Amino acid sequence: MELLYKLLFISISTVFVQNFVLMRFLGLCPYIGVSKKLDSALGMGMAVIFVMSMASCITYLIQYYLLVPFGLEYLQTIAFILTIASLVQFLEMGIAKYAPALYKALGVFLPLITTNCAVLGVAILNIQSTWADGTPFNFIESILQGFFAGIGFTLVLVLMAGIREKLEYSPVPESLKGMPIAFIVAGCMALAFLGFAGFKI
Amino acid sequence: MRLKDNLLKGFVKENPIFSMALGLCPTLAVTSSLENSLGMGLASTSVLIGSNAIISLIKNFIPDKVRIPCYIVVIASFVSVVDMLMHAFLPALHKSLGLFIPLIVVNCIILGRAEAFASKNGVFDSLVDGISMGLGFTCSLSVLGIIREILGAGKILGFQIMPDSYQPMLIAILAPGAFITLGFLMGMIKMMQKKEK
Repeated sequence: MELLYKLLFISISTVFVQNFVLMRFLGLCPYIGVSKKLDSALGMGMAVIFVMSMASCITYLIQYYLLVPFGLEYLQTIAFILTIASLVQFLEMGIAKYAPALYKALGVFLPLITTNCAVLGVAILNIQSTWADGTPFNFIESILQGFFAGIGFTLVLVLMAGIREKLEYSPVPESLKGMPIAFIVAGCMALAFLGFAGFKI
Repeated sequence: MRLKDNLLKGFVKENPIFSMALGLCPTLAVTSSLENSLGMGLASTSVLIGSNAIISLIKNFIPDKVRIPCYIVVIASFVSVVDMLMHAFLPALHKSLGLFIPLIVVNCIILGRAEAFASKNGVFDSLVDGISMGLGFTCSLSVLGIIREILGAGKILGFQIMPDSYQPMLIAILAPGAFITLGFLMGMIKMMQKKEK
């Protein structure tokens, strides 16, 4: 029962209440950059979900079995970013070998993910986040948070891509075309997501 | 003349935020007040200057294939140093910037300048490039920070500047305000550039 409660809590709070893109401002570069077409937005989203879950898993192990026992917490930033970069590289090679179809769909997006701050962000947040009573997230909860953070990212990315495809045909003022209107639309979406703030289970 | 161009490009022509749309995450996340904007801008500037200088020094020793991981290690080391220094000397600022200090590592501006400039130019030019880009970034952050702090709290750096009857627009310091302010600022800059032509 408690597990179900935690699952519900993590999923709703990371997908809606504390959405990584709109509320925490993580992963904005791909959010603005890859949201011009629906297909590529979906591809990017899938790749991010995958990498975020894997990264949460591995960085958790590194933090608690490598950095903490040796008192090396101050190397966290370096260790995590290197782990993520090599993880992405390995994933790219692995997917290319064993799942060529998936590679074709995700291929172009994988290298971009290394510099997606949402991935490093979720890795660090997993270590920092605690429950109300102060106990830090355990292994499973960290992976769940990574997975749902990816889902939240994909959700807003796909929504945004849908809006921007329609926006192409709208009479936008000349100087607001392109990037500026994308930000204003994102602002309106953030306004909508603000409605989830204070939502408690 | 070249030095002057190099020094000024980060502010207008190649401004990292408004004309290249790089480094958006910290731009939106920390600009809810001028103080945070300045802190973030200067932290990124010091990392950028350091990493640009080191990378232009070692550019001939690193093999082409592994250059990106090498750049990331250099950048991450500088970020850790800045992180620890801020924790020691500016604990309040460190707390309010929080997660976004370690995230300077993945700020596209820094890796972008390493790849586009420092890996091709000498140490001195790279240093100047780092200063110019960093200060350009700081200025853009401060502009956003000033607008949002005035609208959202009626203050600048904690000093009341709007009359007492002013009702602060809380939305400006929350997430949606960040997006909308940046959108309109970018639109205004585009409009001004068009008029110049």
